[in-house]
This record gives sequence, C-alpha cells and structure tokens, in this order.
Amino acid sequence: MNQATVEFRHVSKQYGPQGAVVDLSLTVPAGDICVLVGPSGCGKTTSLKMVNRLVEPSSGQVLIDGQDIMRVDVTELRRLIGYVIQQIGLFPHQTIADNVATVPRLLAWPRARILSRVEELLELVGLDPGRVRDRYPSQLSGGERQRVGVARAMAAEPPVMLMDEPFGAVDPIVRERLQNEFLRLHRALGTTVLFVTHDIDEAIKMGTRVAVMQQGGHLAQYAPPTELLLHPANDFVGRFVGTDRGLKRLTLLTVAEAKIQSGVVARVGEGARAAWRRALEAESPWVLLLDRDDRPQGWMRVEQLAREGPLTADSMDASSPLVHYETTLRDALSMLLASAVQTAVVVDERGRYAGILTLDELGIAFRSDAEPRAVEVA
Amino acid sequence: MRPGEPLILWDWTFNHLPDIARRVQEHLVLTGIAVGVGFVLAFALSLAIRQVPQLYAPVTWLAGVLYSIPSLALFAVLIPFTGLSIATAEIGLVSYTLLILVRNIVGGIRSVPPEVRESAIGMGYSQWQLLWRIELPLGLAVIIAGVRVALVTTIGLVTVTGIIGQGGLGSLILLGIQQFFATPLVIGAVLSIALAVVLDGALVVLQRRVTPWTRPAA
Repeated sequence: MNQATVEFRHVSKQYGPQGAVVDLSLTVPAGDICVLVGPSGCGKTTSLKMVNRLVEPSSGQVLIDGQDIMRVDVTELRRLIGYVIQQIGLFPHQTIADNVATVPRLLAWPRARILSRVEELLELVGLDPGRVRDRYPSQLSGGERQRVGVARAMAAEPPVMLMDEPFGAVDPIVRERLQNEFLRLHRALGTTVLFVTHDIDEAIKMGTRVAVMQQGGHLAQYAPPTELLLHPANDFVGRFVGTDRGLKRLTLLTVAEAKIQSGVVARVGEGARAAWRRALEAESPWVLLLDRDDRPQGWMRVEQLAREGPLTADSMDASSPLVHYETTLRDALSMLLASAVQTAVVVDERGRYAGILTLDELGIAFRSDAEPRAVEVA
Repeated sequence: MRPGEPLILWDWTFNHLPDIARRVQEHLVLTGIAVGVGFVLAFALSLAIRQVPQLYAPVTWLAGVLYSIPSLALFAVLIPFTGLSIATAEIGLVSYTLLILVRNIVGGIRSVPPEVRESAIGMGYSQWQLLWRIELPLGLAVIIAGVRVALVTTIGLVTVTGIIGQGGLGSLILLGIQQFFATPLVIGAVLSIALAVVLDGALVVLQRRVTPWTRPAA
C-alpha cells in the first residue's frame, strides 16, 4: 500500500498582521484519514494547502515521511499528492479519460499503462468506462464529476491525498453515497488522507482522527471521533460537536456491532399451526414471515396463526424497517422510532433475513461502546 | 459615372479576370501578413502580461491610441520614413490589430475558471504546461473571436492601402473612382465584402472544430 505520514511541526501562516494558522503541530499516521474541521476562517484550508505548497508556511515545517517538503521540487511534490477540491476543477476541454490521466501523463507513464490505469480507476469509483471515457465533464452529472475528481486524484497512486470539501457541492443523498464509496475505497487503498470540511457530522463519519480548529487558526483538539464526542477538550469543541453528540456517536456504530437476535420466523407455504407452536414456545407475540427466498415480508400476530392451512403472503399485520449490517445505529434508531413494531429486521447484502434488532439491544451497544472510558456526562 | 451605363460590364470583367485575381491575391497577402504579424506581437505582449499583470493597462492604452489614429493620417505620417512601400501599409495594419488581439488573448487566458487553474497547479503542472495545455485551449474560443474581428477589420482597411499603391482590391475601387467607371468599383467592393464574409465564416467553423467540448452530448 502506498501511504506516508504527514507531520505539521509548529507551522504558522501569517497574512498581514493576522495569523491564519498559529503554531499547528499534528501528525497524521500513515493510512489514516485526518479530517480538519472548523468554522470558516479557522485556517483548515490554509493548513491543507501548506501540504502541497499552494500556500507556503511563514514558519515551521511540514514533513512527509520525515522529509521537509520545502526541500523537494514543488512540481514533483505535487505530483505525489492527490488533490481534490470542492468545485472539482475538472478540465472542461479534456475527455474524462484524459482528465483522469493527468498526473500519469505528467509523470510520463507509458501509454498502455495509462490506458489500463484509467479503466481501472473509473471502475473503482463506480463509473462505466465505456460510457464515460470519451465524454466531456459538462456531459456528466455532479455526482459523476465528483467521482471523476476522486479518480483523477488517485491516478498515480499517491501516498497522500488532500481533499478540500470534496463532497460539499452535491446534494445530501449523493454526498452520503460518495462518502460511503470513498470509505470503502480507502479501506482498500489505505492512502493517507487529509480531508477538510466544515460539517462536524461529515468529520465524525469520515475521520480516523479529527482535528477541530477554531477561529484564528488554533488547533482546539486532535483526537479520534469517539474521543472527541466523549471528551470535548474545551467549550468550543463541546459547542461545535453539538449537544446531540450522544446521537452523533451512534453514527460511529453499525448494526454489526449490536447484538442481533434470532427472532421467530415462518415461511410462506408453511403450515400456520407449526409457526403458532414455535411462537408460543418462544413466548413471542409476533412472528416474522419470510418468502421462499428468505426475504422478510412482514409481521403476523400469534392469534392469527391459530388455524389450519398454509401461510400466505397477504396476511401481514405490520411491517418493520429493514437494516443492513453496515447501517449506522443512528439510522437504525431513527427507523425504529418511526415504526410501529420498534424492532428492525436485519438483512444481508442480498436482502435475506439475518436476525432482528431491538431498541434495547441498540441501547446496550451504545452504552458498552463508551464503557472503557466510562466518564461520559450528558 | 456615365449616365445609362450598367453597374457591371461583363465584357470588361471577363477581359480583366487575371487582373482581378491578382488583386484578390494581393489583398489576401496584405491581410495575412497584418493579422499574422499582429498575432505574433499580440501573443508575445499577452505572455508578458500573463507574467506581469501590471503591464495590461499600459499595453492596452498604447494599443488603444494606435487604434484611434485614422488610417489615412497614419499612412501620411509614415510615408516620409517608409515611403509608398508595403512597410507603410503593414505598420498601419498591424498596429490596428493589436488592441483587439491583446484584449482577447489575455481575456482567453483569464477566462480559465479559478478552480481549473488551482487543480492544475495543485496536481503539478508547471507554468508552461498550464499555459499550453489548459489556458490556451480553454481560451481558444475567445482568442479566435478576437482574430475574427481583427481579420474583418483588416480586410476593410487593406482597401485603403490601395491609395498608397500597395495593390489589393482597393486599387480596383480607386480605378473606378478615377475613371468614373462603375464596374471595377463594384467588383472591388463586392469582392472585399465577400472575402470578409468567407474568411469570418471559415474561422467560425474552425472555432467549432477546435472546441469540441462546448458541443452538447451526442
């Protein structure tokens, strides 16, 4: 894997009399996603741009893998660092393939290698190479352009990627999808990422570590997201992460981390009487009906089952939200609160029944996550 | 003009076809040199302005002053130095192209969206790579628009250089005026308009061809 540590050592940047960044020291371990978050004017973008020298520090050093970046040729440095900005900045006069090939071309890769790399990257970011390769950026949707921007930044397998509000300009649904895709990509590639956002939810979701910056360019806290939510270092961080930080912590946990119970199920076509007996044995007032492919259909009351004949798919009394293993507990909670049954049905990636998740188990998962550091006060 | 004479005597026209063709050729050469030299000068000035943006105001001011001098007056001023020569004609013609060309070349370069420039630099483009691969291709539409205006203006002005004996379609017009003879006058005027229209159209086609990304999806 291609990754490098990034270290800020007493870095300051002065514009006129004002400090944009003041004495910033932090180390991003290789392979981490470090999110710089804070209100506008806190110096997060300035800090980011000091890594590829679009901004040069007034004092202090930035080191990549221990080497002072001021000692490296500036264009060579930039070709080793992936760069994605909010407005993406795709080259409008070049096709998608040419855009993605930008850095490999600058590095004079052989043609065949560039071509195959472009195909690979487009597939990696979820675009069909055959469809988009020869198009111009203006012919793609916002979400697709954003994916191309990420592909372009990753093209030469840079050990470090800088992302400045990369998903800030797309609608919330697309943003969520792009975030998830990027996290999946990152797990596969392991590149070191510095990520700027003003959105604390995005910071908590994306970051292995989060650097909260405050006006005037001061680093207020640098910690993993859970730590940030459990122990804000000062009032500013506390206010910035918000009074709902308990709920935010739920976004860090997924259904897979909660205890999934087996529940009582019955299949379409099965005799009602047999299902009724199982429900009585388990002392469950409800039975979940599955179709022949194990896909959940809905809940039936036990009383309904006290009869002869096979079960059919049209006799449900209530349905339940479906969640996946990777659904966050926050989303699961929200769905549970909105549903009549207050039990979510967990399904696998093919939509087959995997178990049930109750409100109680969700609460237990939430509390046990905080236990090793059990000093949380609301 | 003699009363009762038709606007065009076709006999005269056919007898003088080689002469007319020569005038068209002279006209094209004078125009080509003017716009070509003007473009090279304007391009160099624009590159200087790209490096030192403060040059923009003085350069365009000077080009504006040149542009505002009436052409006949400029020729009159130049004749004591360069005589009734092609140099006199071209100095005038070139100086008229500078204002529009500098403005459009600089405008084209500056039309590159800031985020495009930032991402290019951020990914490691050198200043020259930025110019040739990003700024000029993206500015091409604006630059060609400038060349179109310069070309059409120059084709018009070249007719004036007939007066200082440099040939071109202006000579035909001049001949018509001097001899009170409508045919060469009309032919000179119509052909110079036709040249302007045809060359302008050719540049429109060229511009569409070299900026395929501005077309909607196929």
